[in-house]
This record gives sequence, structure tokens and C-alpha cells, in this order.
Amino acid sequence: MSAVAALGALLGRLCPMIALVGPTGHVLAAGPTLERVLAPRAPVGARFLELFEVLRPHGVADMAGLAALEGARIRLRLRSGGRHALKGVLCRLPANGALGLPGGVVVNLSFGISVVEAVRDFGLTASDFAATDPTSEMLYLLEAKSAAMAESRRLNRRLDGARKAAQEQALSDPLTGLRNRRACDLALDDLCRAPEPFGLLHVDLDFFKQVNDGCGHAAGDLVLQVVARRMLAQARPDDILARVGGDEFVLLLPGMDDIPALETVARRLIAAIEAPVSDGPARHRVSASIGGVLRPARAEADPPSLMAAADRALYAAKAAGRGRAIMAGASARAGAGGALSPGPVTENSPVQGAAMRSG
Amino acid sequence: MNGLINRAIEGFVRDGYGDALWSEVVGELALDEAAFEPLMPCAPEVTERLVAALAARLRRAPDDLLEDLGTYLVSQPRTEAVRRLLRFGGVDFEDFLHSLEDLPGRARLAMPEFSLPEIRLHADAAGRYRVEPGACPQAGLRLGPVLVGLLRAMADDYGALVLIEPRGPAIEVRLLDAAHADARAFDLAAGPVPR
Repeated sequence: MSAVAALGALLGRLCPMIALVGPTGHVLAAGPTLERVLAPRAPVGARFLELFEVLRPHGVADMAGLAALEGARIRLRLRSGGRHALKGVLCRLPANGALGLPGGVVVNLSFGISVVEAVRDFGLTASDFAATDPTSEMLYLLEAKSAAMAESRRLNRRLDGARKAAQEQALSDPLTGLRNRRACDLALDDLCRAPEPFGLLHVDLDFFKQVNDGCGHAAGDLVLQVVARRMLAQARPDDILARVGGDEFVLLLPGMDDIPALETVARRLIAAIEAPVSDGPARHRVSASIGGVLRPARAEADPPSLMAAADRALYAAKAAGRGRAIMAGASARAGAGGALSPGPVTENSPVQGAAMRSG
Repeated sequence: MNGLINRAIEGFVRDGYGDALWSEVVGELALDEAAFEPLMPCAPEVTERLVAALAARLRRAPDDLLEDLGTYLVSQPRTEAVRRLLRFGGVDFEDFLHSLEDLPGRARLAMPEFSLPEIRLHADAAGRYRVEPGACPQAGLRLGPVLVGLLRAMADDYGALVLIEPRGPAIEVRLLDAAHADARAFDLAAGPVPR
């Protein structure tokens, strides 16, 4: 074996992507992995710059240019195509021929960051890399971390599903801290099953849309929070106050068995809601319309028909102008509760007017 | 770490003995699904109770069951990731045996909270090895038997003919023929890496 071939074989074992280039620019020996990457073309005998294009530094066109790259970091590309950006470093062999091949250079190459694609495209295995090369550890790590990441994504999806389910099952409204619609439905079911009487007030804010649209959602949220606190202050400890829609509330009053008393509560609520809400220099004013219904002791009543009766009363209150409360049964004369049993006439009985429903 | 171990046991039992048996055992132990969440912490006692209950239910010695678990981890498609990660350890079975000492470090790189005990490898004579796994009380199960099953399956994967016998806390491995059969294919870049 010639000295050059022996040197090439030794270097190739240490660095399988090495090329030994003679003074004429021809490859005289190549490491086994480099041969594999260039296959079917045999690198030995070909000019190095025919096999590779030097991308950086720019303009390397001949052996003199190549030799001038001594010690520099170079970037190259395979002329045979492919998207792999190779990294390389080049050393001139001693001019005195101490290692043989005076005027020749040794180039060692690596795939750098494109190693994953290169391994796949060239079917490389662990034995194609030097024993000291951490590439297979890097691929191991990449694969292990990808597996852990996939697991983490799966866990996140599961937890997110659980969070949404929990939110759905939650009983409070996050903005006001009042009960939400679900809690209201559950409480109403319970009250309907029990023999004790109770009252239901359906509260719908008036002029809220103007605040929310005109002054922004932050102002709207503040109004809802303040109004919720004020209504809560009017309620008895056992009453259940829920926010059941954007600006709709329901107050359930267990034990309530008197329509005038229920109506008094409704009017107190309206008065509390109508007090201006301070928001920095601004003052927001809203009002409320309320429809109420009473479920007398031991009377047959199901939640949907009670809610429907309260809705009709509320609609009548809206139609009568803002800031009114109408109790179902009390408003039969006004046409708001035709299907309900007659009850005491209230002073808030509406006059017929333009039916308006504000948001 | 125990969430991951428990998940492995779950796959092993479901695939080998059926979903019904698994549901029964988990129901009896009143375990919730968080115990089988690989990235969530879980007490080692849960794994201990699980292995004991399964061994009793299947009328098998716990060590036999754990050995089968080790084999399952390497040989089943559902746990292909384990086989692949182990195959990164070496180009042949002997190389792989030597990589066992790196296994705790490799596991830690993948999942920092995954703490395997130190594993020592002694080469007694040509082709004779002794593998000594350290104690690992926080695993909630005996790793020795799991390692026995795992080594048998890995030898098979590499196409090597070996004799593997537990010797007390250590494992004796005799390599009879490193290239007895064709190794299963191992493509370095076939894993779940971005394409």
C-alpha cells in the first residue's frame, strides 16, 4: 500500500467523511462514509471541486483557492444535488512532504444540522459515524425528546378537555361570582320538587347595551359586577341569585308566598340597580325590567313553565317602559300572563305601549 | 417516573391478558387514571400494589411477570419507541451490553425525572458478562427481572444467540453467537423526527 493510501485509510477510520486531495485538486483517498454519500460516483480520481461546491467563502474555483482555506470553517454543497449543507475544515499537508503528498490538503466534512435528512437520504447507520462522533447520541436525544413531546401534547389535550368539562360543570359565573345558569336550573329543579312555596324574579338590565357598546366591555363588566353586588345585598341569605345570560339575572326566593312581597323585592332591586355606577370620572346609569312569578305551596309547577311565565311578565314589563316590575298573575289584565291564575293587581300594572326590548 | 412505569404495565396487561382483566384489577385497587399518566408524578407504592395484585390475579410469581414485561417492552409494536431508543445504544449486541452502563444517563437525558439505578457490567471472560443493576426503591418494582426479559428480547432483536440467567441480584449473560440470525432492521432516522 502506498504511503498516501495508508494515510487515507488511517484518516478514514478516524474521520469517515475525510478526503485527501492531491496538488492537482484530485481526490486521492476518501473515507468510507464520504464514498457512500457520493455513490454511485467514485470520489477517488475526481476533482474535489467537481464533487463539491464551496458556498462560503465564496469564489473558490481551483486548487490554489482551496489550499488558501487552511483552517477556515467552510460550507459546501454536493454538486450531485440534495439539500444538505455540509460543514468542513481543511488542512494543508506539510510542504516538506513529512506526511507525504506535499501541496496536498486534507478536508474533513460533516452534515452539521442537516444530519437528520442526510441519515435518511443516504441510509446511514451508526457505523457510518466515527465512534467518537456524538451524532447517534444526538439522534437518540432527538427521538427521545420527540416522544416525550408527543406525550406532553397528548397530556395537554387531555387536561384541556378536563378543564373545559370542569368549567361546564362549575356552578358559578366567573365575572360576577354569582351562580350561573346551570346552578340556577339545578336550584329551580330542587325548589319545584319540594312542597314549600317560592318566588322567582327574572331581571333584565335596561340600557346595558348602551354602556357596553358605547363605553366598552370593561365598563360593561364593571356595571355587571356592581349591579350583582347590589342585588346580592338586597337578597336574603337563603335566596339564590344567578347570572343566567349576558345581562340577565334570576333571583330565587325560597319560602316566598306573597305576590305583593315579591313585587316589593323586585322594586327594591330596580332601585338598587338604578343608582349610578362610578367608573373613574364616568358614571354609568342602567335600570332593569323584572318579571316575577310565585309558586304557591304544594302547587304543581315545572321549571320550564315557571320560567316561561316569568319571561312573559318580563316581556310585559319591557313593553310598559323601562324600570318596571310585573308579577305573573298580577298582570293578566295587561295581557302578559293570560294563561296564569288571577292574582292581585299591582300598582305597576303596565299600560299598553310600544313593545320594546332592550339588550 | 412511576406514571410511565404504570403505563407500561397497563399496555403489557391489556395486550397480553385483555382489557377486562385490566379494568378489574384497576377497579379493585381503586386507581384513577392519573396513576397511568407518563408525565405525572405517582407514588412507587401504586406500582408495588399493582404488580402484587396482577401476580396474585394471574397466579404467577412477580419476577416471572416482570420478566415478561421486559420482553414485551422491546418486542411489541406499541412500545417500538423503547426498542428504538435501546438500539441507539450499540451497533451490535455486545456494543449494546456495554451501553447498559450509560442507560441511566440516557434515560435522564430523555426525561430528567426518570432515575434508573446505576448498572454495572463486568466482562468475566470472552463472551461472558455479568450485569449488576443497583437497587432502585423508588421504582416500585424489581428492575432485575425486567432487565432479564429486556436483554433476552434485545439479543433476539440483534440476532445474537445468548444465554441469560438471573444470578441473585446480578444477571449472567453468555454470548454464544453474536450473528446467529439476522438482526431486526434499525434505521437511525426512522423515528418520530421532523420530516
